[in-house]
Amino acid sequence: MSAEPTVAVPLQARTSTKRAWAFFLPIAVFGVLVWFFYKGLFLNPRDIPSALINKPAPAFSLAQLHSSALKFSPAEMKGQVWLLNVWGSWCVSCRYEHPFLNELAKQQVVPVVGLNWKDDPATAKNWLKKYGDPYRLSVSDLDGRVAIDWGVYGAPETFVIDKSGTIRYKHTGAIDANVLNDILLPIIRDLNKS
Amino acid sequence: MTTGSFQNPSCGVTEMIAGMFARGVTKKENTPIGGCFQAKTAESARQCLSFVLIFLFCLSCLSAVGPVQAQVQSPEMPLPAPELALRLKKLESELRCLVCQNQTLAESPAGLAGDLRREVRLLIDQGKTDEQIKSHLQARYGDFVLYRPPVDPKTYLLWFGPFGLLIVAALSAWWLTRRRRDGGEGGAALTPQDAKGIESQRRARALLDEDQRDKQKDDGS
Repeated sequence: MSAEPTVAVPLQARTSTKRAWAFFLPIAVFGVLVWFFYKGLFLNPRDIPSALINKPAPAFSLAQLHSSALKFSPAEMKGQVWLLNVWGSWCVSCRYEHPFLNELAKQQVVPVVGLNWKDDPATAKNWLKKYGDPYRLSVSDLDGRVAIDWGVYGAPETFVIDKSGTIRYKHTGAIDANVLNDILLPIIRDLNKS
Repeated sequence: MTTGSFQNPSCGVTEMIAGMFARGVTKKENTPIGGCFQAKTAESARQCLSFVLIFLFCLSCLSAVGPVQAQVQSPEMPLPAPELALRLKKLESELRCLVCQNQTLAESPAGLAGDLRREVRLLIDQGKTDEQIKSHLQARYGDFVLYRPPVDPKTYLLWFGPFGLLIVAALSAWWLTRRRRDGGEGGAALTPQDAKGIESQRRARALLDEDQRDKQKDDGS
């Protein structure tokens, strides 16, 4: 008579572990899914990582916006940390970030070269006259081929290039005070030290 | 598994799925999809849920296989010779427009897509192979420019994850149906309540028997 309950014990143990599995496994799977979706909420699909980080800045030789007889190529900036800012008078976000670039130029922390992307030079010059010119110089990329070499897919974009001519950082989208103070200026400071 | 689909290594995924559905049909009371509408037990509900999930997964696979692609005529250049046009079209439909991210270069009306189409055309004229053209753009825009992501450790989950899920779902469906069909072994295992019930029944029977014997003894004496 006392034999039966001892038989039931292993059965009971087996079913309870199975039940625990059946109970917790779906919850775990659900939890993983929720985590992925939650993370996805804060990802910016337009923020494509640049393939050119830590690669040498692509060479080019383009006519300068204000004096089209003169050419500029990135090699001339060797030995200093500099920014390449992609802009166009047709670009709305460029208008937004422009005051911050003007402020940066006033502080004289870093030379900024403008890549005037697929723009009409006359309109571009007027735009700079109206809103201020923070650029050491701008170059005209009339057909957009240089922009392709730099992996540009929208304006504005800003590249940080180090003393050796290597691209160290790329900011996609408009620059504002936060981007400047929290991201770009610390990077520039670090690069200037080394 | 009696049909043997899972043991057959040459069996394709589609045959495997077809086999699972066929099995459900031959054994009427086990029909997984039909069973959903009159799921009597938690067991059959679970079973049908797994089949529905597999079914939905298969549907999503099918819809991913053949995207319909509209060709936008590049306005930048005259139409090249037929075989060149075909090559251009094929390349353009394998490269992503970075502005309209769900579109290929061939489909996208964005300005940048036009520039990139022109770039592809120039590279073809320079005698570059398709692979060289793709890696040329990949070097500038990263893996994202390729409409078909490359297979590398970073994308293993993307490429093989769905098949992994399918295998897990198929295995659990197989496990659940087998357990159900084999009946008593796992599915109707004794719960503690059952064991207790049987035990008390047995005790009651013993008491009754004892009673009976006492009565007989009394009658006999």
